[in-house]
Amino acid sequence: MNQISPISRKANTPDVAFLRKQAAELRGEVIGMSHKTGSAHLASCLSCIDILTAAYWHALNIDPAKPTDDGRDRFILSKGHAAMAIYATLAHRGYFPRDLLETYTKDGGKLAEHPPANMLPGIEAATGSLGHGLPIANGHALSAKVKDKGANYRVFALMSDGECNEGSVWEAAMFASAQKLANLCVIVDYNKWQATARSNETLQLSPLREKWESFGWDAYEIDGHDIGAVATALADVPNGSSKPVAFIANTVKGKGVSFMEDDNNWHYRAPTAEEVVKARQELGLS
Amino acid sequence: MRNAFADELTKLGDDDERVVMLSGDIGNRLFDKFKDKHPTRFFNCGVAEANMTGLAAGLAMNGLRPVTYTITPFVTTRCLEQIRTDVCYHDVPVTVVAVGAGLAYAGLGPTHHACEDIAFLRALPNLVVISPGDAWEVRAALRAVMKQEHPAYIRMGKKGEPKIHQGPIENFQIGKAITIAEGRDVCLLSHGNMLPEAVEAGKLLEAKGKSARVVSFHTAKPLDEACIAEALNKFKLVVTLEEHSLIGGFGSAVAEWTVDNGCDTRKLMRIGTPDKFFKESGEQEHARERLGLTAHQIADRVIAKLS
Repeated sequence: MNQISPISRKANTPDVAFLRKQAAELRGEVIGMSHKTGSAHLASCLSCIDILTAAYWHALNIDPAKPTDDGRDRFILSKGHAAMAIYATLAHRGYFPRDLLETYTKDGGKLAEHPPANMLPGIEAATGSLGHGLPIANGHALSAKVKDKGANYRVFALMSDGECNEGSVWEAAMFASAQKLANLCVIVDYNKWQATARSNETLQLSPLREKWESFGWDAYEIDGHDIGAVATALADVPNGSSKPVAFIANTVKGKGVSFMEDDNNWHYRAPTAEEVVKARQELGLS
Repeated sequence: MRNAFADELTKLGDDDERVVMLSGDIGNRLFDKFKDKHPTRFFNCGVAEANMTGLAAGLAMNGLRPVTYTITPFVTTRCLEQIRTDVCYHDVPVTVVAVGAGLAYAGLGPTHHACEDIAFLRALPNLVVISPGDAWEVRAALRAVMKQEHPAYIRMGKKGEPKIHQGPIENFQIGKAITIAEGRDVCLLSHGNMLPEAVEAGKLLEAKGKSARVVSFHTAKPLDEACIAEALNKFKLVVTLEEHSLIGGFGSAVAEWTVDNGCDTRKLMRIGTPDKFFKESGEQEHARERLGLTAHQIADRVIAKLS
């Protein structure tokens, strides 16, 4: 079996000021989408916006004009309920026109409340049922080995902490380490909440980093809102070992808006017009 | 059937480097030849069918042709949502191959029986559902589904079943039933591993003065509608045979078609397993006997219905 050699990347320092500005714009976009459509999962989107920004504007080897290129890095939003966040990311990154965001949840549209299959450029897999993204990511990562064409793309799966409740996640985790899928990276958006309760009071995840490590992964805790650190961490995958990499990204649900942060009501609530104005002010948006 | 599957898959793998074999920790030595010839394209995925199926979808998204394989309930109902969402919703060419249709593994108990899988899988969009009638049909069906760009389910018996066809089936088509014997009085539509019982029942009927057409109706989806229409038009009685529940299986599919197309439902008789778990120990022959699925019992029921 051929081994994928680690990609040698230029010592490429992320432009943190630019990434922060980009992330603020995405936050503004999803807050607006939630307000206009009354959509749930806003807080889940806000907790992973910095990770998405670091990935799509720094770490990923992608070309929005070639969304199915064989050599592209794959990014799978396994926490499909953060659909607004991936739609906003893909639109702002140029995968499709920003106007399309206006059709979100509209009758007859392509942008449903969970990402669809075979409908939008940049959506690698339809997700929404939790625990599906990592097995599919395994398939993408293993394909690089099977096809024996010297493929050196990486595969990223962004999961929620609640998603780690699913048994299929741990089936997939053991498969990835057994097959030494060093081109595979999981990011857990560890915001400590699931839909209706604290994660660790529901099913015990803690110690989460050690769990992934004991499943045969190189596992690291990172600050999921230190956008420069996330960008560097993701860019450096694979890390030179033969193991898949897991980043346990400590995050805050509702991050970026003071009155949403760590308040789980925002798992389902949508902001009023007044709250949108306040939130945009806090984010430094006009 | 399973040896034919392993052999045919090896040949397919020789000709097509996209073929990837995924086993759910089953088939000890069965895939030795495939592994020898294609070591980089065989993966024992362990006892982890959800991952195996999602993995297969991911491989197929990258242009590969994965096959998932283990005992029927584990490769179908255990990972039903992965088949539905990852494979069928994305409409990717994954082939799910099950060993141990119906009561083939009767002796292993109801955990290993599979009398509900067709009902579940037939409802999934984009999925072809085939139950081959013998080893030759396994080979032909596998070749046919691996050529298409869509998902498929192949439901096999186990090993050592009688061969009904004389050799390779040259003109096998998905959704096109195969007439095994011609007849005038009754038409037996056999799905999957019931084919040897159907053929035998045909002979028993002949001996009792009733002439039976015997059809290997291998594809439950898409249905061979012309075959059903012609049978309902020509025969006084059309009988569906399957080692699967009467709820939702092949017989249900034919009944749905009959109703939807305004045909005479009184001509239709369905033979399958009851809405019960079969809890007795004993092998397949015993289970069939107890559930009225042997050739003799089928022939007797047909005679009673015809008279």
